[in-house]
Amino acid sequence: MNRQDFPMLEKDLIYFDNGATTLKPKCVIDSMVEYYSSYSANAHRGDYDISQKVDQMYEGVRDKVKKLLHAARSSEIIFTKGATESINMIAFGFMKYQLQKGDEVLITKAEHASNVLPWLELAKDIGIKVHYIPLNEQHELTLEAVEKAISPKTKVIALAHITNVVGDIRPVEEIGKLCREHQIYFVVDGAQSVAHLPVDVERFNIDFLAFSGHKMLGPTGVGVLYGKYALLEKMRPLCFGGGMNSIFSSDGTIEYKDLPTRLEPGTPPIAEVIGLGRAIDYLLNIGMDQIHQYELELKRYAISKLEQLDNITIYNKDSQGGIVAFNIDGVFSQDAAVYLNHYHICVRAGNHCAKILKDEFKIQNTCRISFYFYNTKEEIDKLIEVLQKSKDIFKIIL
Amino acid sequence: MDPNLRREIILEHYQHPINRGLVDDEHYEKANTHNDSCIDNIDVMMKITDGKVEDIRFDGEACAISTSATSIMIQTLIGKSVDEVKEIIENYEHMINEEDYRSDLLGELIVYNETYKQPNRKKCALLPFESIKKILAKKEEKENGI
Ligand SMILES: Cc1ncc(COP(=O)(O)O)c(C=O)c1O
Repeated sequence: MNRQDFPMLEKDLIYFDNGATTLKPKCVIDSMVEYYSSYSANAHRGDYDISQKVDQMYEGVRDKVKKLLHAARSSEIIFTKGATESINMIAFGFMKYQLQKGDEVLITKAEHASNVLPWLELAKDIGIKVHYIPLNEQHELTLEAVEKAISPKTKVIALAHITNVVGDIRPVEEIGKLCREHQIYFVVDGAQSVAHLPVDVERFNIDFLAFSGHKMLGPTGVGVLYGKYALLEKMRPLCFGGGMNSIFSSDGTIEYKDLPTRLEPGTPPIAEVIGLGRAIDYLLNIGMDQIHQYELELKRYAISKLEQLDNITIYNKDSQGGIVAFNIDGVFSQDAAVYLNHYHICVRAGNHCAKILKDEFKIQNTCRISFYFYNTKEEIDKLIEVLQKSKDIFKIIL
Repeated sequence: MDPNLRREIILEHYQHPINRGLVDDEHYEKANTHNDSCIDNIDVMMKITDGKVEDIRFDGEACAISTSATSIMIQTLIGKSVDEVKEIIENYEHMINEEDYRSDLLGELIVYNETYKQPNRKKCALLPFESIKKILAKKEEKENGI
């Protein structure tokens, strides 16, 4: 779909690494150029026309994000550097002050480093316990497993909505219900989901949601922290400075602004936020359901073709996200990626920052294909063709 | 070098690397090195007796270039003195980085003399040598009583 909108797709390139970052449509790039070339001013300072326009555009994006997430209010949307920063704010700006020694945080071994390390560090800081909810044989998380893992000490469940290696879609709505019943904070890492299917923070009872602009057609350097208003009210900023204070004086009086500004210290990434806003318009125009259905179709097509090859092991046949993890038998994943690169096919090799998932997979590294709506069945056919002749791999890469 | 011969040597060492598998022996000094791209991950252990490399062993998961380079490196370094090892490493690094080097010191390691053409694989070719450098540094630290 919509391939003509993406300058990168004019190149001789098959881009299958959308889990790492997505390509950008021209309208997103243009919106940022337009900011820099026709109303380049700071935000929140508005005494002149162009600076008012900046405020309008910047705050307008907050409304767009609110709409995308079905959030209750715009002030629940905080702009950050990305999913990583958002999760760190949740752990060190909120949980650090709400949790006590011995409280449990439940995660899984399929989480990205950004949803593991903040919790492990917080555990060192304040003595909480991090437990891993067991995955099933397909390396997926079931509702039953979550239910079983909850103890009276469980205070937080922090999960990727869609994992970045297995690509399974977690039953967040049901988990959200469990969290409500047990008064557990529900933290969702939406880095791989917000761009790929509909997300409804109210319906899913999500307390905090983190995601990145660059994985959803937007620019790098911007992301979002969503939090329920009452919770964000209790969040302590991790950075202090301009923009977020309303008064301070030499006698030590300090007052900070209201949400959301209090949690956005310093000059924000204005061009990036504007670009993100344009990306959201673009996505909503296609429709999130549409995107999900199409990706699933691509994934199923790819699996059906890959299964016909006798030298390929697939690790996540059944997952419902647009991700395929595989290896060419007897070939180290990086060598496979170098081989595919020879045919201008971009895939990712490695452990995809889910370094503890290897305990589950029994192997460390895989090749990962991650689709987006601009990928096509023809591109998959080309991949299959190249994989078919991979007996020649060492002639190509050595 | 003839590309077929080059490929044959690399493949042979990739598929049948020498001295794979670590041993439990306190006379060895050990080091782990991994690639920043977080894939290749190699443990190397080396035993030096009377200033000479008596044995080197390795284990780990790595690509064709890293694995074969480890094997050829081991084959090249065993029996050499510590000074010779340093000289070989220096010249090898020069070769990988497209600087002047003495090919007569490198033995079969010269199969990597065109790796510079694939910049993203240079690290793979250099990886096992990082371990040896770490081990030598550790050893010197110990000897100097730091
Ligand atoms: C599941 C998941 N969480 C978090 C992140 C981190 O995102 P960022 O690096 O944009 O902060 C990623 C990125 O790969 C991811 O896939």
